[in-house]
Amino acid sequence: MEDKVIIKFDNVSFAYEASEEDTAATQVVDGFSLDVPKGQFLAVLGHNGCGKSTVAKLINGILVPSAGKVTVDGLDTADDDKVTDVRRTVGMVFQNPDNQIVATIVEDDVAFGPENLGMPPHEIRKRVDDALKAVGMYEFRDREPHRLSGGQKQRVAIAGIIAMNTKCIVMDEPTAMLDPHGRQEVMDTIQMLNKERGITVILITHYMDEAVKADRVVVMDKGEIVLDGVPRDVFKNVEKLKSLGLDVPQATELAYRLRKAGLDIPDNILDEKECAEAILAALEVK
Amino acid sequence: MIKDITIGQYFIGDSLLHRLDARMKIILTIAFIVSIFICKSFPALLLMVLFTFVVVLISKVPVKMVLKSVKPIAIIVAFTSILNIFYVRGGTPLVDWRFIHITSNGVFTAIFMAVRIVCLVIISSMLTYTTTPTMLTDAIEKLLSPLKLFKIPVSTLAMMMTLALRFIPTLIDEIDRITNAQKARGANLDDGNFIERVKALVPIIVPLFVSSIRRAYELADAMDCRCYTGGPGRTRMKQMKLHPRDFAALAVVVLLIAGIVLLNIYFKAVLVR
Amino acid sequence: MPILSAKGVTHLYNKGTPSQAKAIYNVNVEIEEGELVGLIGHTGSGKSTLVQHFNGILKPDEGQIFVDGKDIWADKKATREARFKVGLCFQYPEYQLFEETVYKDISFGPKNMGLSEEEINSRVLLAAEYVGLKKELLEKSPFDLSGGEKRRAAIAGVIAMQPKVLILDEPTAGLDPKGRDKILDMIKSYREKTGSTVLLVSHSMEDVAKIATKVLVMNKSRVEMYGTVDEVYSHSEELRKIGLNIPQVSKVFEILKQKGCDLGTAYTVEKAAEVILSKGGANV
Repeated sequence: MEDKVIIKFDNVSFAYEASEEDTAATQVVDGFSLDVPKGQFLAVLGHNGCGKSTVAKLINGILVPSAGKVTVDGLDTADDDKVTDVRRTVGMVFQNPDNQIVATIVEDDVAFGPENLGMPPHEIRKRVDDALKAVGMYEFRDREPHRLSGGQKQRVAIAGIIAMNTKCIVMDEPTAMLDPHGRQEVMDTIQMLNKERGITVILITHYMDEAVKADRVVVMDKGEIVLDGVPRDVFKNVEKLKSLGLDVPQATELAYRLRKAGLDIPDNILDEKECAEAILAALEVK
Repeated sequence: MIKDITIGQYFIGDSLLHRLDARMKIILTIAFIVSIFICKSFPALLLMVLFTFVVVLISKVPVKMVLKSVKPIAIIVAFTSILNIFYVRGGTPLVDWRFIHITSNGVFTAIFMAVRIVCLVIISSMLTYTTTPTMLTDAIEKLLSPLKLFKIPVSTLAMMMTLALRFIPTLIDEIDRITNAQKARGANLDDGNFIERVKALVPIIVPLFVSSIRRAYELADAMDCRCYTGGPGRTRMKQMKLHPRDFAALAVVVLLIAGIVLLNIYFKAVLVR
Repeated sequence: MPILSAKGVTHLYNKGTPSQAKAIYNVNVEIEEGELVGLIGHTGSGKSTLVQHFNGILKPDEGQIFVDGKDIWADKKATREARFKVGLCFQYPEYQLFEETVYKDISFGPKNMGLSEEEINSRVLLAAEYVGLKKELLEKSPFDLSGGEKRRAAIAGVIAMQPKVLILDEPTAGLDPKGRDKILDMIKSYREKTGSTVLLVSHSMEDVAKIATKVLVMNKSRVEMYGTVDEVYSHSEELRKIGLNIPQVSKVFEILKQKGCDLGTAYTVEKAAEVILSKGGANV
């Protein structure tokens, strides 16, 4: 069983150091434990400031825990000698696409990671082409990144990670700054990488429609996990989610309201089809 | 929209000049600048002008754009020419009226200096017209790499240059956005005396600074995540390779310099200095 | 008389260069006073370009812009007046904060209007109240606020100019659901309290359905549709064609209709629940 887990948080705590103004150190994550199996598509939900970004940064050693242990494919992220290995295993995509692209040409940017790993040039070329094709940006390889749309930039950033052959990608709100079209592009790319390449995906988001597509949803609040399960089970907890400042899909919320008002509608509705069918059934019974 | 400006002045094309190795182009440009300064007779000057002309033709960069690059220095050229005409003495006196003394040497020097400066600017802008900033950065990194022996962090400096090039359009875009936002709050950026105008820039500079610092932090994290250490062991996908055409270009420039030297010997030097 | 109107407005970008293109083309629209208009359209449809015309940040290449019946490019004074009559809050407005304190930052706009000290003071306090910023935050540095608070402080900076029309370009972008709801509630109550006209540029058909009275749809540099929420949202096929998606609850109603259960239309969860319950109730 153990070897199937790629990322393991074992009773992890993390606090930002006290600054001049804030005399108390801010405890962001406290006694946090989580196992992520290989190949899983995990969505982490939570309002801003619930500690989810900290969890992301703990995964590949940008931050190291103040207590407890984070292991990535068996490697301890706190071990300085292993940090490069950790980062070859877990790649990270951030919210602002502009602030993670380093080169003036798309393909040069994708090559950045493999170049840092000291790979031979022809091998880099192969990986870059492959990665760009995977995210559907191959035709844009000669372009300047600042002329691309937000969704395209984000796909270039993702290509830069898969060119390093990482087994796992952590994405910290990758769609927060995108328009609906860009969000769709990025979501399609994420799902494809997970399904076709078996890459473990940890998607941090506050968009419920994105979380619905995951294999598993973890909801965080005040640095702790409050809900954990398949989307269908997690979204049952409409009231709990709302009290945490989160949304549920509209179909789920509609079903929830109708059930509360006395209609006979199941509590595990996720999409519009299920919702319509449940309503039809309920109305006909009446 | 302001973000559509091109950085540097690269002119997209596929001419022979575009395809030359950037390192070779830098070296040849330097060689040409040297030849400008050894050129001392009119026939040699003519050869240089001819060469410059041919280079422009080969590059297929429109003459209009080339002239545009000369425009900013037109005043300097005019100014030095006038100084030369009036102050260089010797040769046959041409005008001798009250305090104005113009001699043949003065006129020759003026022509020489003007032509030299214009050729210099045209040839150097040919380098930037036909080479992308990225290629230039890579070439400079390669050319300076021997300095690593003296512990000079050439790759780090080159990385910094690449990042600067990468973020210039982003920052221009940002300045544009912040300026508009402050204008919408009634900021008056166009009127007032110097001090008022400088003061009016505070609402633009402060947010720009804040956001640049934030960008720098995020970028540093992103680079860390992609295993950038700044240390040795980094390879490059794009390898620079010299082709026969690069050696041919080298030969041409060597011949040019030889020609200039010969013409200097066979014809009377115009410039005394 | 409409408060805002655009007559045959065309704006080109990269004018005179090979990449010249029309950002908006022959836009004609009239917005009545007191409406809360949701402006939707995908990126590049011209919606941001259009709103920047209303306060004179951009000048039309063709056509005219009228604010309160006045051509804003008639003379310099009219242009400056438009700046203050139409308050425009850009996307990610928190990146425009620059003063030492939140109070000073909010007062930047009123100061530029040349108002008296007392007037500025009362406007700042009122604006802070509208956006729900607590008084003790006003003396803090804007850079010490949380993300959502920064956003609201920046919006207060525009509201403090007490414009007749408030335009917000994607005010909820990048916020979490709680932050988003706070901003939407604030916009709604601001309009109710002040009677101002509000233009809300948004990507979210759900948000617009929640608070707008009218919807303006832009597509390919032109105005595609303008009407009430019901009028516009009932054209779900056309909306889909131009890359806009109707809210999920509306899809539920569409499916119900296909299956022979026509309940009419609903664009918000509240409305949908109400409709279904009244129908369900009638069947009992």
